[in-house]
Amino acid sequence: MSQHRVVGRRVRKVDGTKLVTGRTAFTDDFEMPGMLIGKILGSPHAHARITRIDTRRAKALPGVHAVLTYQDVPRVPHTTAGQGWPEPSPYDTYLLDSKVRFVGDRVAAVAAESRAIAEEALRRIDVEYEVLPAVLDMEHAMDPGVAVIHDEPDSSHILDPSRNLVGEIHKELGSVEEGFRQADLILEREYRTPRQQHAMLEPHIAIAWLDADDRLVIRTSTQIPFHVRRQVAMILQIPVGRIRVVKPRIGGGFGGKQEQVIDDICAALALATRRPVKLEYTRHEEFFMARTRHPQILKLRMGVRKDGTIVAHHMQVLAATGAYGSHATTVQGNTGSKVLPLYRVPNLKFDCRIVYLNTPQAGAFRGYGCPQGFFAQESLVDEIAHELKMDPIEFRLRNAIRKGDVDELSAQLGEGRRGLPRVMRSCGLPQCLEQGAAAIGWKEKRGKGRRSAGRIRRGVGVACSMQGSGIAGVDFAGAFFKLNEDGSFNLQVGATDLGTGSDTVLAQIAAETLGVSLDKIIIYSSDTDFTPFDVGAYASSTTIISGGAVKKAAEKTRDQVCCFAAKLLETSPEELTCRDDRVFAPDGKSVSMSEVALFALYKEKTQLMEGASHFNTDSPPPFCATFAEVEVDTETGQVSVPHLVTAVDLGVAINPMQAEGQAEGAVAQGLGYALAEELVLDDAGRVVNANFCDYKIFTAKDMPRLTTILVETEEPLGPYGAKSIAEVPINGVAPAVANAVFDATGIRFRTLPIRPDAVLKALREQRAAT
Amino acid sequence: MNEREIHVTVNGDTRSWSVAPGELLLDVLRREAYWGVKRGCETGECGACAVLLDGQPVNSCLMFAAQADGRRLLTIEGVAHGDRLDPLQEAFLDHGAVQCGYCTPAMVLCTRALLERRADPTEDEVREALSGVLCRCTGYRKPVEAVLAAAKTRSAAAKPKSARRKGAAR
Repeated sequence: MSQHRVVGRRVRKVDGTKLVTGRTAFTDDFEMPGMLIGKILGSPHAHARITRIDTRRAKALPGVHAVLTYQDVPRVPHTTAGQGWPEPSPYDTYLLDSKVRFVGDRVAAVAAESRAIAEEALRRIDVEYEVLPAVLDMEHAMDPGVAVIHDEPDSSHILDPSRNLVGEIHKELGSVEEGFRQADLILEREYRTPRQQHAMLEPHIAIAWLDADDRLVIRTSTQIPFHVRRQVAMILQIPVGRIRVVKPRIGGGFGGKQEQVIDDICAALALATRRPVKLEYTRHEEFFMARTRHPQILKLRMGVRKDGTIVAHHMQVLAATGAYGSHATTVQGNTGSKVLPLYRVPNLKFDCRIVYLNTPQAGAFRGYGCPQGFFAQESLVDEIAHELKMDPIEFRLRNAIRKGDVDELSAQLGEGRRGLPRVMRSCGLPQCLEQGAAAIGWKEKRGKGRRSAGRIRRGVGVACSMQGSGIAGVDFAGAFFKLNEDGSFNLQVGATDLGTGSDTVLAQIAAETLGVSLDKIIIYSSDTDFTPFDVGAYASSTTIISGGAVKKAAEKTRDQVCCFAAKLLETSPEELTCRDDRVFAPDGKSVSMSEVALFALYKEKTQLMEGASHFNTDSPPPFCATFAEVEVDTETGQVSVPHLVTAVDLGVAINPMQAEGQAEGAVAQGLGYALAEELVLDDAGRVVNANFCDYKIFTAKDMPRLTTILVETEEPLGPYGAKSIAEVPINGVAPAVANAVFDATGIRFRTLPIRPDAVLKALREQRAAT
Repeated sequence: MNEREIHVTVNGDTRSWSVAPGELLLDVLRREAYWGVKRGCETGECGACAVLLDGQPVNSCLMFAAQADGRRLLTIEGVAHGDRLDPLQEAFLDHGAVQCGYCTPAMVLCTRALLERRADPTEDEVREALSGVLCRCTGYRKPVEAVLAAAKTRSAAAKPKSARRKGAAR
């Protein structure tokens, strides 16, 4: 049991009551007088130039207040990636453009008095297109003579627009050529991963208006309120100080809202009409006008010695960013930097190219390049262990990174620039493997499937993974406290709770540090006018970075409290301790926080308040071992998962209940990635399954029994020893399932998702071959 | 087009609303400030807009408002008893079953309908009851645990009464 009073406890979500009672909390739970409805006209073509656009019939429709095309708005190249300034993504996007680059790309936007009128107005916009050849195959995007997607002169930071090449990364540690010469066994395999969609239940939505002082207010469902403010200011060419971004409750994000998706166009409509405008994606639009995970083709070549030591690993990645390059180089950089260092390989090489396609735009998505990389790496490692007749767990343990190791590759592959080396100050991976194996029944269940002749083949598989906790040297956050008369504290943070529970975790850190009960912390987050800066909720940064800021600010606040309390208790501040909502002197005498507050406010005429900023120069990785048990139906090809175990080293769990929830949600998305989820495009670049019937996400009935094991380690860089949890558990699910399918059938699936048709086909081929 | 007046009982209160032909129950409920009814897909696939119609879960995006005329509706706003949360809501909070909260109203309503019908449901029955509500955050384990725990609390709360009755008979 934790020695702490609030940290480490399974406390209720501080904002939970309003959510279980359905009170107004979300962006859309809010009406403004005179509010208009905004809609976007999406392109019907994957690649085309607008040769003529006539909005007169739309504008003539009663109830229409604005119709905007590229002719009506500033042309400012930018990226929609929610990243710190200057963003490491190319500036290749325009509020509205005369060229469209995927089906659904913005052609025009309208604001009208009702949704029906807005939709009718879209139909009345007359557009003539010069249709261009669409580039849809990432393996041919750079071929000579292929259409150029970004031929505009004003975009910047694209490596080679003439070849549709957004960027490339080439890094080598040691010499893989030399390493392969030392190897007794070399395997080379190719893996393919799909376009996965975030499918958060609340679609992208924003409401924008001008307040009485002519300031632009944007109430939006975002993970990155401060980046939205900065980017919208740049795109609309108005000062940052004239914009206020407010993040209410968010209905899930998973990286899909680490992106400025609709805020700019909603704000442009509000400026054009001087009326409040609400713009919300429909579910249909969400599937192709929002963002996806980057699809990748990965070629891995790994060399090992007979004793099971990996001596060389070469990973080659080809990835598609879709029509725009937001997060392109950073997601793919992560595929190398967060995946390859899991094993102590003296000779590592990472080669990566990212290309444009006339397809929906990729972006940030939980795992941020790692699910692709770990699917490939953990599948290959499993195959090598099998070839060497070694237990896959033993093989992994033999090669895995350990406490005290330094990961130099992370320095080489920083966030779009040179980064910092990672030092492993904590590592619970061996315990994760040990406890996970026991929970799944590894020894009893492994290797039984291939020997069974029945219709259902059973197997178990394992995968390891890691992630980061914030971006080293980049992510930072601020926090601010003030004390009220009743001993309660306002805590203002820029950190963005998108359903993750970060408001609760940050309040727990605050209460623990200040020695008060949780209900004395009044947390208010993510309002650019009223809270300090924070980069936003991404990169598994909130607990460690924003939590670090809260802890620092709370410590400063506690020092202040002690200064005032010392006067009341007639002692020196250093002698005092804060606990149970009181301040204690060594002799046992005490004053309440409330007495300190009243004294400070009304006698000393001082508002007790303190703020702090925090960043880290390292990004401590959480580690995870994922174990899957599968059943393969040899007659239908269906793979089902009766049991899935996640054992995760997250540092110290600030709120174990919420941490488990993060792991379990990540597993659900990981299972979709493994077995079901893929945006399917037709040969014209249209998404053919843009709905929840044809794009399958797991329901309560589909989900396996979940076992979640929190393996706690003490991370020196984290507040109260915490690292992170939100992303890492998604990484190992697909490879653990694929490895379990191999254990059950003897067949390796190297393309995700593993759907019944592929399984049936492979089983038939296997039967034919024997 | 002609609006028509409909009379519905929402959360125990009688309401008369003027609705247009073709207006969805989802849109009318949100217009009437039942904000807990969520818009997730408008095609009956995600279940976020679920309400109870005469005690049965329905997707309010798949019903015309006019079809609710004369019927009894329960939305999430009517689940708590004043300031006192329903045991199901308490259990969702105690078990960490709420993450973003967007699907929570629908989850609570659909499982409440189950508990009204089956005081002591099996885990499979709870999963069946939740299967019409998509959740992208929780992986469903904690919501299922919450419902099973709430079932226990509800039956424990019901038992003392029957025990008292038995005691009186003795």
